[in-house]
Amino acid sequence: MIRFVYLGKLADAAGKSESQIASSSGDLDWPDILALLDDHVREGLADAVRDKRVKVALNGEVLADREGIVARHGDEVAFLPPVSGG
Amino acid sequence: MRDIRLLTEMFIPGTLIGPFTQANPGLGGVCTFVGEVRYDEGVEALELSHYEPLTLPGMHALADRAFERFTLMGLLMVHRVGVLRPGEPIVCVSAAALHRRDAIDAVDFCMDHLKSAAWFWKRQLRAGEWHWIEPRDDDHRDLARWQS
Repeated sequence: MIRFVYLGKLADAAGKSESQIASSSGDLDWPDILALLDDHVREGLADAVRDKRVKVALNGEVLADREGIVARHGDEVAFLPPVSGG
Repeated sequence: MRDIRLLTEMFIPGTLIGPFTQANPGLGGVCTFVGEVRYDEGVEALELSHYEPLTLPGMHALADRAFERFTLMGLLMVHRVGVLRPGEPIVCVSAAALHRRDAIDAVDFCMDHLKSAAWFWKRQLRAGEWHWIEPRDDDHRDLARWQS
């Protein structure tokens, strides 16, 4: 399993705060992840995540290049929209 | 003395500040900022969500930077998460130093970064509906003050 976590308003876009994705299809790269978000979580979620301001963390580490992600079995991928201001 | 915490329940800042001050004997000054949920028109509640693997480690990293940048004896940084009502304390930052400028600037520095760069997402309850709070331009200006 790979765990996806949706923060802030991405939880609204996903309709939930996290999902468990079966990793039977092997490692997931960025296009795989976007496809899964739309096909298995909620239509339109991939577009919300494509927003350049959304950062991605893999196992608690924010990625400098989110498009270079490779998620494997047991990993946690978090989608982080811009933080709210004061 | 360094005390960095996320709290899920209401707190009374005075109960933290007293012991913090006493834990830094010989200090020359202590500066404390307490932020509370504003009584904005129509706002019934504010909810702060966070991401466990990033939020508290991010606060520790911010404290590290404050210790590097200012000459501090102690730093207290406490932030609430969860649902808060107007008037409830949301954040408390207190810095103890030999000299006032370090204490005051360290609190200002930590607050600017907590407000604009820490991993918190906020939404307000208005008329029974939740609304996410977007980033503000002011926050980026606040951060820019420290980029030197």
